[in-house]
Order: sequence, then C-alpha cells, then structure tokens
Amino acid sequence: MSKRSKAVGKSVGLFATCLVDLIRPEIGFSAASLIADAGFEVQVPKSQTCCGQPQFNNGDLAGTRKLARHFLNTFESFDYVVVPSGSCAATVKIHYPEVLAGDLTHVSRAAEMTAKTYELTEFLTEVADYQIVAEYSATCTYHDSCSGYRELGIRTQPRMLLDQVEGLKMTECNESSACCGFGGTFCVKYPQISARIAAEKAENVERSGADTLLGGDLGCLMNIAGTLRRRGSQIQVRHVAEVLAGLGNAPAIGQPQK
Amino acid sequence: MEVTSPQFKSRARTALLDQELQAALQKSRGGFVDKRQFAVNELPEFEQLRERAVAIKNHVLVRLDEYLEQFEQSVSAAGGQVHWASTPEQGVEIITELCRRANAKCVTKGKSMIGEEMSLNDALESEGIEVVETDLGEYIIQLAKEYPSHIIAPAIHKTRTQITELFHEHHAKYGLTERVEEVATIVNEARTVLREQFVKADVGITGANFLLAESGSSVLVTNEGNGDLTSSLPRVHIVTASIEKVLPSYDDLSVFLRILARSATGQEMSSYTSIYSGPAHSNDMDGPSEYHVVLLDNGRSKMLQGEFWEMLRCIRCGACMNHCPVYQSIGGHAYGWVYPGPMGSVWTPLLVGLQNAANLPNACTLNGRCEEVCPVKIPLPKLLRTLRTQIFERGMIDWKSRIGLAMWGWMARNPLLFRCWVNLGSIFLSKLGSKKGSFHHLPFAGGWTEERDFPAPSGRSFVSQWHSGKDH
Repeated sequence: MSKRSKAVGKSVGLFATCLVDLIRPEIGFSAASLIADAGFEVQVPKSQTCCGQPQFNNGDLAGTRKLARHFLNTFESFDYVVVPSGSCAATVKIHYPEVLAGDLTHVSRAAEMTAKTYELTEFLTEVADYQIVAEYSATCTYHDSCSGYRELGIRTQPRMLLDQVEGLKMTECNESSACCGFGGTFCVKYPQISARIAAEKAENVERSGADTLLGGDLGCLMNIAGTLRRRGSQIQVRHVAEVLAGLGNAPAIGQPQK
Repeated sequence: MEVTSPQFKSRARTALLDQELQAALQKSRGGFVDKRQFAVNELPEFEQLRERAVAIKNHVLVRLDEYLEQFEQSVSAAGGQVHWASTPEQGVEIITELCRRANAKCVTKGKSMIGEEMSLNDALESEGIEVVETDLGEYIIQLAKEYPSHIIAPAIHKTRTQITELFHEHHAKYGLTERVEEVATIVNEARTVLREQFVKADVGITGANFLLAESGSSVLVTNEGNGDLTSSLPRVHIVTASIEKVLPSYDDLSVFLRILARSATGQEMSSYTSIYSGPAHSNDMDGPSEYHVVLLDNGRSKMLQGEFWEMLRCIRCGACMNHCPVYQSIGGHAYGWVYPGPMGSVWTPLLVGLQNAANLPNACTLNGRCEEVCPVKIPLPKLLRTLRTQIFERGMIDWKSRIGLAMWGWMARNPLLFRCWVNLGSIFLSKLGSKKGSFHHLPFAGGWTEERDFPAPSGRSFVSQWHSGKDH
C-alpha cells in the first residue's frame, strides 16, 4: 500500500498551537495547505486552545490534567492530529500519558492520542507521502528546537523536506541544536539569562552566512527573530512550514507588514 | 557553607554584568563540549557502556546497605577504618578529631566536593590547622578565598590575568617577585610551593570518585598527580566520600573509568587513576600508616527512597553543566551552594531544603541537553519538573506566576472566552505593530523587550480567520 493511499478519507485535526493562533496565522495556513495537498482532509477545531505546556512546566499538574482532557475531547475524533510545534507535540505525545497516569478513564485515551499525534515535519515525512512543490531562493540555516530534537527525535525530517524546495540552499550553523533561551515561561522569569543565551544563538546564526533562519517552533523563532532584529541583522526568520508551502514571500517574523 | 541560592536572581544578574567572568566563560565555552563529542565518536561502544553503567548503579542503589557493609569490612580487613557521618557536622567532627589525634599542624587536600559540603577547610583552620589545597584550580580559589564554581574545574570562572595577580599577591612571601603570566610558569610556581607542603603535611585528605566494596579501595582520578602526593606522603590518609560512590568490584570500575573522563573533559582516561587500598603494609616502601574513610550521608539515604533516587547515579563528571546554556551564561557561583548547573539544581534543594533553593529548579529552559550527555542517563529535566511540582503544590511559587497560570488555565478551559481573547489580542497588537513588525517596548513584557524586540502578530487569529474566511 503506498503511503498516499493512506490519506484517502482520513481526517487530520490541525492543532495550530496558541502561539501560532495569536501571532502567526501564516504558519497555520501553511500547515493546513501542506496536509491537504498530501491528500488528507484538514479540520481546524474551533474549540482548540492551549496544550497546557505552561501549566506542566510550572508544576501545576492539576491544571495540566484539565487542559489535557480538553485537548482529548477536542481532537479525539480525528484519524491524525498534527501540530506545527515540537514542544506542543511532545507535551501531547509524551507528557499527557504521564500526567494522566492515575486517571483511569483518560489514560488509555491519552495513549491513543500519543499514537496518532505528529509534529508537522514528522507527519509529512513519516505518514504522508508528499513531494514538496515550492520555491524559495535563499541560503537557509535551521534551528533545531529542543523538545522536537531531543524528545521527538526531529532532526532529519525538516531537512529532507527542505531539500526538495527549489532554489533553497542549506548551510548548517554551529550548535544548531543548542537552546535559544526561550524555554516557555523561562524567558519571562529569567529574561536577562534568556537574552544572553539568545545572543549566543544569534551570533551562531549570523556566522553561518545564511540569509534565512528556519525552525519548527514559533516560540524559539520569535525569540531569535526579536534578538536578530535588535542587533540590526537583516536575516529573515520563518517557520519551516511557510517555506514548504510556498508562502515564503510573506513578511518574515517580526518584519513590517506590507 | 552558607547557602545563597535564595539570591539566585540577583546573583545571576550580577554574573551577567561581570566582564571578567563573562570573558572566562567565553573562553572555556565549547571546549569541553567539542572534546567530549570527539571522544564519544571515537568509542563505538560508548552507548553500551552507558547502559552498563546505569545498570550497575541501579543494582548498587537497591542494595546500597549491603555494599556499604561489605566496603566497611574490606577496609577493616585492609587495616583501615570507616567512619559514618549522617550530617556534614558529624563529618567535620570526625575529621577534626582524627587530625587532633595525629597532632596535625598541616593538612594537604585533594579536590573533594564532600569536603565542600562539610565546609571542611573553615572547620580545620578554626582549629589552628594549616590547610593547603593541592589541586591547582582549588589552590587558586583558596588563594582568592572563594569556592568552586564547577565540580571538575573549580577555578573555571577565573581569567589568567586574575590568576597572575593572585600569585603576585600571595606568593610574595615565598619570594616571588615577577608576575607569572604563562600557564607553564604559573603551574611551576604552584608546584614549587606545593612540594614543600606535601612533604611537611601530617594528614592528607582526598576525595573519591569511586569506592570498591570488594577491596575497600578508594579510587581517585586526577590530571595533576596531586592526589598521590596528598595520600601517600603524610602519616595519615583520610578519604572523604558520600555513600552512593560505592561500586561492587574492579570489573564495575572498569566500565566507569571508560565513560567518566570522556564525559568530563573528553580525555580517554584522566592522567592519573589511583587506587588506595589501606595503610602501608610492612613490605611497602612508603605510604600512610593510617587509612580512614569518612562516609557522608547528608540526606542521600532519604533520597534513595523517593522519586529522586536516580540522582544518586551521578558520577560528578560535570557534563551537564558543560552543556547547560544557563550555567554557561552565569557560571557556577550564582547557584549559591556547592553544586551548580543542572545536577546542582536537583541536589541543592534536596540537600539544603526546597525553601532555600526554590529558584534553582526553575532556572532551566528544559532543553534536555544535560540528560542527553549524562553518562548515567539521569533524567534531569524530569527531576527538575518534579521539583517544580513540589514548589507549586507547596504554594512556594511567586504570586505573579500563580495568578498568571490560573488565568491562563481558566481561559484555556473556556474556548469561547479564549477565542475572544486571542481575537482581540491579535487584532489589537497586529494593528499596533504592523508598521514596524516588532515592538521595541511592550508593557508587561519589559523583561523580553529590554534586550530583544517582540514580534507583532501578523494579522487576526489563525483559527478565526480559518473559520470566517473559508467554508470548512
């Protein structure tokens, strides 16, 4: 059975993530168009909110459980759930079963959710059989966000997809998988340390010679884009989905709207 | 040692502004990381060794009492003595008494983090005993009257210029007139002065990387050989170690010796691996006449029973801090107690109390690199999150975070409310920021915008646009 035939009649619930919903609709539309082009039926449930990662990382397990249950109720009916963020996908895939371990009615539902939830580039390479048709004439470097990289093993997937984009040249930057200093609420609690780490990341990106930085998590990308901009850098920052979907000509993250 | 972890935030800020510290960190950054990676790549069975090391440690931890008893019997059989210390105070008392009995005027010391847990130097000095650190890094910070900022590179926060000045100030009494500036001349100067101390010392105190139950040996790895002169020249050799350092046998030791130095400094082996197995026997040409091992618990047996037991696998290689972006930004002193970085952020609250170190588990981006490089696979992010849960559940989280989390949670459980908020927020902020694309200043995000811009939303909320724009 070819991978593409797997898509026939299969539904995908797109969890845009709260940050994409609020800051960067382009990522949501890009993800939706990629999944639809691969032959799946895309739905964007209106009742989606937040996966509960802030609660989980701040030790509020009761609060996390409530949001996990809401997530399960919202996305359970789909064949697949796709998330354009490694850290939100990891929260659902890895941490929901942990926090719901004592909740007998929900723990098995969480396990089912784990099995059908994918980070976007993971979904496009491992589930969908999809040829990228896009053009982006630029030298790009990639920031491997920590959760996707270490919790989900997302390393080759975005690069394999980017390899298919016409005109795109990849150049790896030093320490591409080092943390950018975002860390969710870390950047609010320890802004100066966060900014110091971000400066290190920005230096590595600048030294790579790339004119575009791509990544898979908007939080990190906002952090790096904001840092590069303050340093006066002209490097454009975009989510990988935007380039893969051919929307790479929109103003980059943090750039003025046309 | 005084716990200054409650002042973590202000100490971290000071560290970020400390030009010399930043220069020292900048210089050392990456060195350990690259060397470790190279050493790991060169050893195809590294992953298997890690697995084996985890299995050995787990085996020992569930039978720790048995192995410790075996260790004590082996030490006794070898003619030495084990002393049990539940608390740092008891440890100090035991060691002070041993020094008194030896009528010690001068004590040489190898590097020992357990010595730091006990604030041993201060205690011995208050008894009128001269204490000389013999590891070069420890010697430097002893001159500076500081404490280690890294568990294997205690003076990593010092620049060479600072070290030159320290020697200039403190070695004048030994006849040093010129400033020693090159690494080799600094080392020679320290070596010359330390030789005298090695010979005159009455008691030598060393730490231990491992203890062997089958032979009663303590195993020490160093790069300077100072451990051997500390342990074998004085009449009395005292080993300070914590209880989780015990391994069953030499076979087990061989596994750890292959991963320790590779993880720590990227060396295949440290320059010296010394195994001390009791006092000198009648046919030995030299060696101490007394061999004592002081075993410190300090909360560890309690840790063994709870959800933090995996922390006891730690072999103190320092890989977690070498790979930690927070440690690399602020250095070790900001953490405020003996152990810095990721492993310190778990140890410190457990050993000095969560109320004294609640900042530390939060001072982490949860990037997971520490766990990735830990040779004994300690799930540091998981343990830090567990501490955060304790902080939250004991009501120790600051009020701003508590209110913020409660409001966010409430909104996220009410999709209609959430949708209204995201819509209003995205429309308002995108209009406000569309011209420049980013905010240079933003109320309520002062910390963020102090040093970086905040990207503005590029339009109305995605979910709302999707549902209003298309008929899906």
